[in-house]
Amino acid sequence: MLNITLEKRPSDSKAMSYLSPLFAIILTLISGGLLFTSLGQDPFHALYTFFIAPLTDVYGWTELGVKVAPLTLCAMGLMLCFKARIWNIGAEGQFILGGLGGGYIALELMDAEGIWVLPLVLLCGALSGLFWGAVTALLKTRFGANEILTTIMLNYIALNWLLYGVHGPLKDPDGFNFPESALFSDFATLPVLSDDYRLNISIFFALFAVAVIWALMSKTLLGFQISVLGEDKSAARFAGFKEERLIWFVLLACGALAGLAGVSEVTGSVGQLNPYISPGYGYAAIIVAFLGRMHPVGIVFASMLLALTYMGGEMAQMDLGLPKSLTGLFQGMLLFYLLACDLLISYRIVRKPAARTISSSSNPAQA
Amino acid sequence: MDFELFTNILYATLRTGTPLILIALGEMVCEKSGVLNLGQEGMVLMGAALGFIAAVVTGHAGLGIIAAILAGMLMSVLFAFLAVTLVSNQVATGLALTIFGTGLSGFLGAGYVGMAIEGIAPFPIPFLSDIPVIGKVLFSHDPLVYFSWFMFALIFWCFRSTRLGLTIRAVGENPEAANAIGIPVMKVRYGAILFGGAMAGLAGAYLSLVYTPMWSEGMSAGRGWIALALVVFASWKAERILLGAYLFGAASIMHLVLQGLGFEASPNLLAMLPYGATIIVLVIIASDAAKAKLSTPLALGQPYRPQV
Repeated sequence: MLNITLEKRPSDSKAMSYLSPLFAIILTLISGGLLFTSLGQDPFHALYTFFIAPLTDVYGWTELGVKVAPLTLCAMGLMLCFKARIWNIGAEGQFILGGLGGGYIALELMDAEGIWVLPLVLLCGALSGLFWGAVTALLKTRFGANEILTTIMLNYIALNWLLYGVHGPLKDPDGFNFPESALFSDFATLPVLSDDYRLNISIFFALFAVAVIWALMSKTLLGFQISVLGEDKSAARFAGFKEERLIWFVLLACGALAGLAGVSEVTGSVGQLNPYISPGYGYAAIIVAFLGRMHPVGIVFASMLLALTYMGGEMAQMDLGLPKSLTGLFQGMLLFYLLACDLLISYRIVRKPAARTISSSSNPAQA
Repeated sequence: MDFELFTNILYATLRTGTPLILIALGEMVCEKSGVLNLGQEGMVLMGAALGFIAAVVTGHAGLGIIAAILAGMLMSVLFAFLAVTLVSNQVATGLALTIFGTGLSGFLGAGYVGMAIEGIAPFPIPFLSDIPVIGKVLFSHDPLVYFSWFMFALIFWCFRSTRLGLTIRAVGENPEAANAIGIPVMKVRYGAILFGGAMAGLAGAYLSLVYTPMWSEGMSAGRGWIALALVVFASWKAERILLGAYLFGAASIMHLVLQGLGFEASPNLLAMLPYGATIIVLVIIASDAAKAKLSTPLALGQPYRPQV
């Protein structure tokens, strides 16, 4: 038997809550190295290809930004929900519906010209995501339905809605019957920062959201109420906080942010509606929120890491001939190790006293 | 509606409900012991992927089933270690298991996308399958459908009249008291989680070896989650899981029904039905909160650490 055991700390370790993500990343890298070795790859070269090679030029960093923007937007919304202990898994569906709603308007305004087109499209996207968040909030507050299950179901419904759109009414009539919409007009396309790269202004939406939510959580009563609701429901009730309103707020905010991420994606790097507008950003954002310690700055860094796993997957496919789904594997490992390491926040590993000392001890509980 | 169509719809309903029965029965046992495992979807996908791979590599669908069960169990050990031994948050750990299982199955199965295999053939029960209508609907299925009935009966009996059932329930209702009378709480929970993993893995094999003999990423399409809702809907009763699973099966094949009746409808819109039905079911359950509370295992989702 192992002669170590877990012992509850008197109070949670702050240092460990920051170290835990680092441990998780290191463990993920080690496991990744072992995995690559078992696949007959040189582990160092493979890890380099996955985690470093994508960022060796300016193009790589701009591509990172392309993926950081939607991840950060979704994760900021999820953070609000998780802070309030609302297990919203629905960012994926809200992202898709945001893309679908915004994309629909963009297609309707195909022939419209003017700088008002893009803001309108973005607004409709955010509202579509917000609508999906509102459905969750209604189900939760009015009917008390478990939000984990309802949001998952809403994700699948949103995906099928998108598929219906691109296979049916929104399909490009000149598109050779591919399940894709027409390309959006220039007036409904997000401006890029430089013509050489795909990075567009959605990265500023993300940074703006980070700043606003940071201020909200650290400076306002509303933010304080959300935190209290999550930490101690009865205290929140005792203090007279309106629980239902807070639940509505976090779910609507998350829906709007994820919807904005979705519409930014379709009017930005995708440029049309197709079945693949989300490579699982809404799910990856859950990992981002946890890994970023539910803190805006942490979330930005965690978004960068998760964005990198997408690029690493593509790089590994191109250079090493490995399946692109390595991305999901690395993301899953990361979350698993993080949860395991998080135990060190409230527990510490101690050496079990040797068996002999137990038998001779006077503690009656051990006799 | 002509008669043959009606028979076919009932037949397809039973087939579609089978994976849900397997997953939900496994999760029910797990939840009865007080453990909420939200990782069903990940375990089903791992079962589907490894079952398919093993079937392709060995050429035996039977070995595929064994591989799928083992895959589900391995995944559930991972969950059990974190959630039971290391007392981590069960909700977060279950989510992680699903995300991990989705990623790992996608990775392992990447080379097998688009391959076709024979699959497991139906096994009509002699004589019984010759009965008109009933023979086709009930007795012309593949072995796993019959097995799902067997597991239903076994679990029904286990919780109705065996000491094992009582032990599992004791652990799920009050682990401290169970521990005090000498029940090894951790072992029972490990066992229940492993059983849930095996059933989820088997359900995965059903999907990739019987239902649609192929592998594609994310092919379980939320069935693991629907089964979780089903357990609540069934208020932790095996007989209601059976009923609920077939109701969902019927909702999932609505496109067949409508096509048979001559309606044209988008398959994508109809694909929303089981998910929408799940939401409606969740609302109905929640509206009867008092009753739901009564049947929920008291210690569900509560981590348990033995006092040393």
